[in-house]
Amino acid sequence: MELTDIQKKILEEVADLHKIPVGAYNIRANGESVGRNSSANIEITSKTDVSGIDIKIKPGTKNESVHIPVVISQTGLKENVHNDFFVGEDSDVLIVAGCGIDNCGSSDSEHDGIHRFYIGKNARVKYVEKHYGSGAGKGKRILNPVTEVYMEEGSYCEMEMVQIKGVDDTERVTHAELKEGARMIVHERLMTHDDQHAVSRYDVELNGEGSSADVVSRAVARDRSYQRFDAKIIGNAPCSGHSECDSIIMDNGTILAVPALEANNVDAALIHEAAIGKIAGEQLVKLMTLGLTEQEAEEEIINGFLR
Amino acid sequence: MLELKNIVYQVEENGEGIGILNDVSLVIPDGKLTVITGPNGGGKSTLARIIAGVVKPTSGKIFFNGQDITDMSITDRARLGIGFAFQQPVRFKGIRVVDLIRLAKGEKKLSSSDACKYLAAVGLCAKDYINREVNSSLSGGELKRIEIATVLAKKSALSVFDEPEAGIDLWSFQNLIEVFDGMRKNIEGSSIIIISHQERILQIADEIVLVKEGKIDCQGTCDEILPKLVGTESAVKSCGVIDLWKGGDN
Repeated sequence: MELTDIQKKILEEVADLHKIPVGAYNIRANGESVGRNSSANIEITSKTDVSGIDIKIKPGTKNESVHIPVVISQTGLKENVHNDFFVGEDSDVLIVAGCGIDNCGSSDSEHDGIHRFYIGKNARVKYVEKHYGSGAGKGKRILNPVTEVYMEEGSYCEMEMVQIKGVDDTERVTHAELKEGARMIVHERLMTHDDQHAVSRYDVELNGEGSSADVVSRAVARDRSYQRFDAKIIGNAPCSGHSECDSIIMDNGTILAVPALEANNVDAALIHEAAIGKIAGEQLVKLMTLGLTEQEAEEEIINGFLR
Repeated sequence: MLELKNIVYQVEENGEGIGILNDVSLVIPDGKLTVITGPNGGGKSTLARIIAGVVKPTSGKIFFNGQDITDMSITDRARLGIGFAFQQPVRFKGIRVVDLIRLAKGEKKLSSSDACKYLAAVGLCAKDYINREVNSSLSGGELKRIEIATVLAKKSALSVFDEPEAGIDLWSFQNLIEVFDGMRKNIEGSSIIIISHQERILQIADEIVLVKEGKIDCQGTCDEILPKLVGTESAVKSCGVIDLWKGGDN
């Protein structure tokens, strides 16, 4: 597998990969699979009808990981990828996805992806997805991920969704359906700058008794960027749901937070919280009394907030 | 040595200038623990904030080791060696205790054992706190101790504590006295200012300054000043559960 230096840098940003990962992986660069490895318990195969892969995790697979990073360094490339994850019952796995686009040219580069997770009974999944953009070209870096999560009884899914830098336009859509006793935790961290535009929508259906979801977003909008966060939690059974959107607004940024709750069962306990504000002056002053400049203090506060 | 010369601080209210500090001149000696005390609303905290640079005086001059720092920013004063502990410590989201101590020390990386010694010094079990966020999950007393730990870690030539006892429970207060007593014993080459009207804190002072109605009422050694203050608003006894157990009557 040969990757250019730019591709290697992107790989490091989106998947913390410095070398070929251990375990199962599929590395996609400029629209093609450039490296793949299945393990005894995790099988990766190409789809035949559309572009994308199936990842099949055998029941009972424990402490294994799958890395499926995507790298785009070709200006003007547009792709649409469907990846399906079949996570067997009682397994416990780490899935690291992520997409990085380096666009030095003048045409827009775009990666649209659908990730569907079918999580078996009592299985546990940790999913990490990082999005990153770089390159000085005028062409935009566009990422539109769709994530669908179907959770069986007693399953657990923790999702870390991160987009910190360089993505000009993004529309993220996450849909989840939870059966009895299933639990979903989402930590989204998003920072937009310059003229970037980001929309993130969640709708989580709590269908089974004792199911629960916690969707937490931390966001920073700098310069003239725009963000919209829509989080809807639907309680169709005795369940508990919580969504939180906490945002820092800077410069001439715009943030629209639209939390929504729908209860269709008298024992559905649903809570949402949303807060938007600038960096508190006293936080800056405290760090300045430790010897930081105002700008350094601001960076520390944001880095901490988005940790 | 810190020297304040003719410090005036006024605020506007209904178009009128109200004097918070009226022509305050003061010398804080090196190698001493100085407690600035006085009734509520007398201007003590404003004085502390003016020294740290958080508040700019309306007029007057401030000299630190002979250098005019009146127009210097908070950052530059901090770098020059002035530390400041807030009366109400600031809460953050995502910034951990270890981060604050690392920033206070001015280092890019900090070993946990190094960070732990500052927490241990303020009576916190380090491993329970080091990775906690400095947010509202911490109690007022815990925040206050962490605030003091950051000032200890900064190793300032002049450390200013603004009402360190405010908002903390009795058990933490007892510990706080021990922390300041320990600092005083190792004060060589530095000086400490504590804004407080707690008698227990006044008792460990080398120097006491009484600020009243925006002016210096008197300044002198602990032995000279404290007897005049006992029983007044400027030297309040803390609620004395411990003393009561000893059969005391305060």
